[in-house]
Amino acid sequence: MNVVPISYYLVLSAILFGLGVVAFVFKRNIITIFMSIELMLNAVNLAFVAFARAHDQLDGLIFVFFVIVIAAAEAAVGLAIVITIAHNRRSLNVENVDLLKF
Amino acid sequence: MEFVAQHPILVVSLVKIVVLLFVLMTALAYLSWFERKVIAHIQSRWGPYYVGAHGLLQPLADGVKFLFKEDLTLPAADKVLYILSPFLALSLAMTTLALIPFGPATVYIFGQPTQLVVANVDVGLLFLFAITSIGVYGVALAGWSSNSKYSLLGGLRSSAQMISYEVSLTLSVVGVLLLAGSFNFNEIIEHQQGYFQYLPFIPRWNVFPQIVGFVCYFISAIAETNRAPFDLPEGETELVGGFHTEYSSFKFAMFFMAEYGNMITVSCLATILFFGGWLSPLPDSWTWQQYLPGVGLLLAALYLAYDTVRNMRGIGRIQLAVVTLLAGGIGLLCLLPGVAPVILGPFWFLGKVFFVIFFYVWTRSTLPRMRYDQLMSFGWKLLLPVSLLNLVATALWIVVRHP
Amino acid sequence: MSIPFILFFVFALVAVGGAIMLILAREPIHSALSLVLVMVALAALYLLLGAEFISAVQVIVYAGAVMVLFVFVIMLLNAGVEERTNFSHMAKYAGLPLAIFLLFGLTHWMAHSAIGATVANGVGAPNQAAVSTRALSTMLFQKYLFPFEATSILILIAILGALVLAKKGTE
Repeated sequence: MNVVPISYYLVLSAILFGLGVVAFVFKRNIITIFMSIELMLNAVNLAFVAFARAHDQLDGLIFVFFVIVIAAAEAAVGLAIVITIAHNRRSLNVENVDLLKF
Repeated sequence: MEFVAQHPILVVSLVKIVVLLFVLMTALAYLSWFERKVIAHIQSRWGPYYVGAHGLLQPLADGVKFLFKEDLTLPAADKVLYILSPFLALSLAMTTLALIPFGPATVYIFGQPTQLVVANVDVGLLFLFAITSIGVYGVALAGWSSNSKYSLLGGLRSSAQMISYEVSLTLSVVGVLLLAGSFNFNEIIEHQQGYFQYLPFIPRWNVFPQIVGFVCYFISAIAETNRAPFDLPEGETELVGGFHTEYSSFKFAMFFMAEYGNMITVSCLATILFFGGWLSPLPDSWTWQQYLPGVGLLLAALYLAYDTVRNMRGIGRIQLAVVTLLAGGIGLLCLLPGVAPVILGPFWFLGKVFFVIFFYVWTRSTLPRMRYDQLMSFGWKLLLPVSLLNLVATALWIVVRHP
Repeated sequence: MSIPFILFFVFALVAVGGAIMLILAREPIHSALSLVLVMVALAALYLLLGAEFISAVQVIVYAGAVMVLFVFVIMLLNAGVEERTNFSHMAKYAGLPLAIFLLFGLTHWMAHSAIGATVANGVGAPNQAAVSTRALSTMLFQKYLFPFEATSILILIAILGALVLAKKGTE
């Protein structure tokens, strides 16, 4: 009977992480960049759950739980900052937020 | 038959899904009839009366109307999301009913023994809340994709209300979870068996120790499903139509059915968690109670026969006679010795769900609408702390009683 | 071609498709919805890996609350159509072949490692049953109690921070 090796899940996690990095580097809307960070965190979660299954330990799942909670807190504060930036700079293009450039 | 032998779970699940879908679509249609009749009688008038006998063909007429209405497609709307939102809302509302157990008995489909539930998941309650959480997208995207001010405002208000009351909904249920010790619906129901020690005629349903939890749950459920008195974002006199302003014909019918589907889901959940699910309030030693469904249906058929002969004329008489024969036939079917013990669990379950839905409709026709800021402050400032206090009190009680 | 295999490939394709749609979508709302699709597909994959509780928590918290927050912000800020960027020539011509090369190398190395060959479902899996919520919660409240309490304080700080920022922004 064919079964799914853990390496398949790890490769999928790597692909999703890579796509998240591509979106982070090439997109210009702040909110889309934020979403690519969430995509990267999700890919890492998948790797954690796969390893928790492979080693038959629950610690990986606890870590996933904490990553989800911290991502939620980060999204809340980050989006509040994004709303403030949007009000002040009148634009959501990340290239316009360049006051600290030298 | 060889296919059945090789993939027993698949075939049995497909049969159960088909039966459940059929029953659910009929229930959604006739729930609208029931609501209109009950609201009308509370307001001292008849509801639908002329379309069939006692208005029983009104849902059919409404369905035909929705099919033949002009299906508008807004030119400036986001087409993908505009078409996707009603489908999303309706399919999520119907998916949750796959987790609900209808009875304890084991039935035989194609020779395979199986329970009366489509998916008996160990974390069933969590999955039900997960599916309800995704339902927020149906409303928010409907408001956005209509590309209209009223729709956007209504959609945002509706979805903000839904996510606010989701928190107190899940917290008010945790008291029941602490008592039962499991997320599985069957185990929660089986925890409610028996009677109290010093009051042996009161069944050990969770509504009695967790009355605060039940009240919080019910109020949160009404707000979660956007029903009166919490339906400001979609009331016709308030924000035009809210998020479904720009929808017409069949897509509007889908939102309509999704709202009733959510109502049925929440009522089923209330029955399972607080009213003992498919447990009977009568002692289990009274085995004659397995004939109650059949006898009840036959009595209903007798009353309908009297009504046919006495009050109906013309085609109404023929329609009501058909309904009488149907009721009588199902009643006789429920009296058969093979069917009677199986049908008892679903009978009590559906009876309790019927009463919870009646209470829902009763609340709608009695209470006035709440203003949006009153609604939000009530949810965050009153219901959430009360749910938390209920949780803490239940946990303390368990620790003190069973150290 | 057993059922776990087919299910894995279906959900993996949905997840990768959602991620690609996130990159290629022209409007931020479509990106947000593709991310929701990715998260739901990942929740299904967690179910295949036996983590029922984590799968439900992922849908309730991540897809049902965090992404709703993203969708609200996009709707409120009326984020319009994203402008097209010109990718640099290096990225266009050398990026994709290098990425595929890296992916093949990674796959080869992982598939031949000891841990990568462990099966996830079926005969030979380290634990064929799903993880029970009771075991998970016992570990969470006994071994990881301090991180749990620290995380709750962190969430409180996040709530306060969001409140302060939102108030200041509307002045």
